[in-house]
Order: sequence, then C-alpha cells, then structure tokens
Amino acid sequence: MSLGQKLACAILVLVLGASAAANWLAPAGYAKQYREATDAPPSHIHWLGTDELGRDRFARVLYGTRISLLLAPAAALFSTLMAAFIGGLAGYLGGSWARIAMAVTDLFLSLPWLFLLITARALMPLNVSPLVSVLVTFLLLGLLGWTAAARVLCSTAAALRTSDFVRQARAAGLTRQRLFWMHVVPNLKPALYAQFWISIPVFILSEANLGILGLGVAEPMPSWGSLLKELEGLVSVGEEPWKFVPLILLALVVTSFQILLSKHEEVPA
Amino acid sequence: MRNLQRKIVGHALALLATVLLGGLLSATLVRLAPGFDTDERELDPHLNAQSVQALRDARQKQKHSLLQFYFSYMKEALRGDLGTSLSLGQPVRDLLRDRTPLTLRLLSVGLGLAWMLSLTLALTAAWMRLSIYDALTTIISGAFLCIPAAVLALLSVLWNVPGSLAIALIVFPHTFRYSRNLLAKVYSRPHITAARAKGLGEAHILFWHVVPVVAPQLLAVAGVSVSIAVGAAIPVEALCGLPGVGQLAWQAALARDLPLLMTITILVTLVTLLANSGADVIGHVLQRQEA
Repeated sequence: MSLGQKLACAILVLVLGASAAANWLAPAGYAKQYREATDAPPSHIHWLGTDELGRDRFARVLYGTRISLLLAPAAALFSTLMAAFIGGLAGYLGGSWARIAMAVTDLFLSLPWLFLLITARALMPLNVSPLVSVLVTFLLLGLLGWTAAARVLCSTAAALRTSDFVRQARAAGLTRQRLFWMHVVPNLKPALYAQFWISIPVFILSEANLGILGLGVAEPMPSWGSLLKELEGLVSVGEEPWKFVPLILLALVVTSFQILLSKHEEVPA
Repeated sequence: MRNLQRKIVGHALALLATVLLGGLLSATLVRLAPGFDTDERELDPHLNAQSVQALRDARQKQKHSLLQFYFSYMKEALRGDLGTSLSLGQPVRDLLRDRTPLTLRLLSVGLGLAWMLSLTLALTAAWMRLSIYDALTTIISGAFLCIPAAVLALLSVLWNVPGSLAIALIVFPHTFRYSRNLLAKVYSRPHITAARAKGLGEAHILFWHVVPVVAPQLLAVAGVSVSIAVGAAIPVEALCGLPGVGQLAWQAALARDLPLLMTITILVTLVTLLANSGADVIGHVLQRQEA
C-alpha cells in the first residue's frame, strides 16, 4: 500500500468514525432548531454556524455524512448483486442470452446517467416522508447503477465459461447450476469487489447531484446533497466559507476512494 | 465491408428498438398520467347537462386500449406531434424547438473546450514525460472528477463564468484521463522511439504515427463524452438559469410531467445513441484504413 493509499484510508476511517459518533460529537440532533440564532456564523457553540432555519450545521454535516456513507455502499452492494446476477448469468449462459442482456445493458449505458436518474425519480412520488425519500433515492441508484458492472462481469463470466477448469468440471458431469454457483461465482469475486468499490464514489456524487437539484433526500433529513443545496444562496466564495465544509468533506472522501481504487483504473490497450 | 454493413444495421436496429420501446413507455405513462381521462370543458358552468353528456360520449368513443393508444401516439409522433406538456400547457414540440438551439450551443462549446483542454494537456504530458507535470495534471483532473456536476454549475454562477465552461470542466476529467493513458501508451511504443531516433519532428510523428493509432479509440470516447455532456446539461442549465432542454427536463421532473420528461429522455437517448453509433462506425472505417 502506497503512502497516498494509507492517507486515503486514514481519511475514510476518520470521516466514518466521526459520522458514526455523531450522537456524541454533535451538539444537538440534525433537526433541532435554535430559533434565536438563525443563519449564524461559526461560534464556540455552533462550530460551523447554523443554517437559515437555525439548525446546527456541524450536526447536520455529521448526520448527513452518516446517511451518505452508509447508504451509498448499501446501494453499491445492491447494484453489484444485480450486476452479478444479470451480467454473470448472461456471460455464463452465452449465446443469445448474453447478446440480449448486453443489448439492454448498452441501451442503459447510452442513456445519460443524470437523465435516467431524474426520469426514474420523477416516476416515484416526490412528496414522501424524509425516511422514504432516503430509501427511494439510494434504492434508485442501486437499481439503475448495475449496467457498467454487468458488462465487466459478463465478459469475466464468458471467459470463465470457456476456461479449462470449467470445461473439465462440465466433463466430470456437474450440472449447469452447480457449476455456476460452485465454480463461476467464486471466481467472479475479485471483479465483484472491484465493481462494488468503484460504485460507491459514483453513487455519492449522484446523490449529491440529485440533492442539489431538489430530487434527493427530503428535509429535514440531511445528506451531502441536501447540505450542498445551501451553496445556491451564496453571493461570493469568501463571504461564508464555512458553507463549503460539506463540499470539502465530500471531495476528500471521493478522492480517497479514487486513490484507493487507482489500481483498478482501466488502462487502454 | 460486410462487417461495416453489419455494424451499421446493428446500430440502426438499436435506434429503432429505442424508439419503439421508448414510445411504448411514453404512451403508457401518458395514458396513466393523472388527468388523462378528464376534459376541462366539462367544468364549464355555461354548459348544460346534455352538452356535458355529449362531451362524455364523444370521449367514450375515442377510448382505446393501451396498444391502440400506442399506435395512434406513435402515428402522431411521426407527424411531429409529441403531445402537450401537463405542467406548462404547451405543445412539447414547441417547447423543444425553442430550447434546443441553446442546449446545442452549450454542448458544442462545452465539448469543444473539454476536448481542447484534454488533448493539449495529454499531448504535452506525453511529449514532456515529466513526472511532476503528469502528477499535476492528474491531480487537477482528479479534483474535477471528485466535485459533483451540480456544484461546478453553482460555482460557475458564483464566479460568473459561462455555463459551457462548467460543462467543459465536467467532461474534461473523463476525456483527459483516457487520452493521457492512451497517448502515453502509444508514445512508449518502439516504432515511436525509432522514429525519434531517426530525427523525425514531433509534428510528423504525431500526425503520421500517433493519430492513426489513437483516432478510433478517441472517437469512441468522443461518443461517450457526448453522453456525459448531455447529462451535465441538466444541472448546468437548471442552476445557471439557462432555458435549454436540460432545464426543461428538470422542471418536468419537479412537476412530475411524465409525458414531457419521457419525450425528452427518448430524444436525448436517440442523440447519444446516434453519437455513439457514429463514433463507432467512423472508428471502424479508420481502423480498416489503418490495417
């Protein structure tokens, strides 16, 4: 592990630890209002000031980080499992199954990601409780984010299908199902792990984009997307620099993921 | 030649499938959308009971099954009638006609800037072969990759820079990373080293020995970059207050104007599919010429 990767790991552990300890570190809950101190600058009570509704920004950043960092991996896990099922099975079965599955995958991949997300989000009710909005947002990311991973897993499974050990197992009389679960799926694991980790920063950024556009997590629940929406009201960068803390935190976390994933980066042949 | 024909037919079939499936989805959503089965004229207090009943009877005659509705919807769409927006109360065709030029301008300038920046930085990195320069460009592109597109759009408003620059900065890290890796790989090939040893100029090496090798792959990335730019148009137009197709899609999503949103999504998908197919076919032709 390089120095950069160690540093990235340390940042991720620190941010995750701080968000996990939000109940103890934050001065109050994310929805508690200090009506006498709305839009206040940082002070010894409110380290990052308060928002226009008088809610402690530091508390909201901690709880928002917890939501984004817990649910992005959950959505990544869901999308990776979907990709494993669709891509892995298509690659293993081959023939017209693989062609149909990859045609659908290509069609999904040709759709601009944000267009697809907002269209799917608009199909679901927008006036829902904050908890439901959190679940809907991340479920949507998981449901729609499997395509790129499915492509990779399909080609990996196709390569496995024609490998010597699978042929040998087939010749030994193993059924197709047993062959798939016993020999193909375990060998897909490295590709699955890589796709899982690659999906996390993508989903974090997508949630942030949806949140800023008002199609993400609903108030008063905080997430990085809804916290970044505050930047919309800024007049200049230097005016209230503490409002950039969620952005810095998000960029740090995504950068850390990118550094950790750099070994998986695709190098063109 | 046969391969090329097969490729073109494959892409044409994909486009046709997109239109048909997208049309079916749109028709279904239009039919299921709230208010589809109502007529505002029935609320007119000046109409008596017989007139209201006559309106209802006329509507009852026009009631079709979903499949019939789909065919009539597609027939209208082929004639250029894309329906009426539920939230804006205007024909979708007019809305798109008014807003498309701005989006096209925004995307073409943004994509042009992104590619210019990417290729300039990638080529200088390949020529200079300085680890510091390489690290610096990697950090810059990585930084833009880690910032949400919507934040870049907000920052462009804050710093009063054009939206096309925000699009360029959203697309740039994707195109730069690929171009840099590709060019570095090609420039490290033995025939380039041999060409340099023979005293060939950098411009000659670039146009005769590098461009023919990298062009098909860069074209494929160019197709993908169109898709990234189109996606970036939503936050940029929505947050910069630019009345383009991206802003229209965002407004339709917020108002849950599904017929409008679906029509825009299908058209956008067709544009990106066309861009990808075009890039793929041209890349294939170039590859054949190179071979």
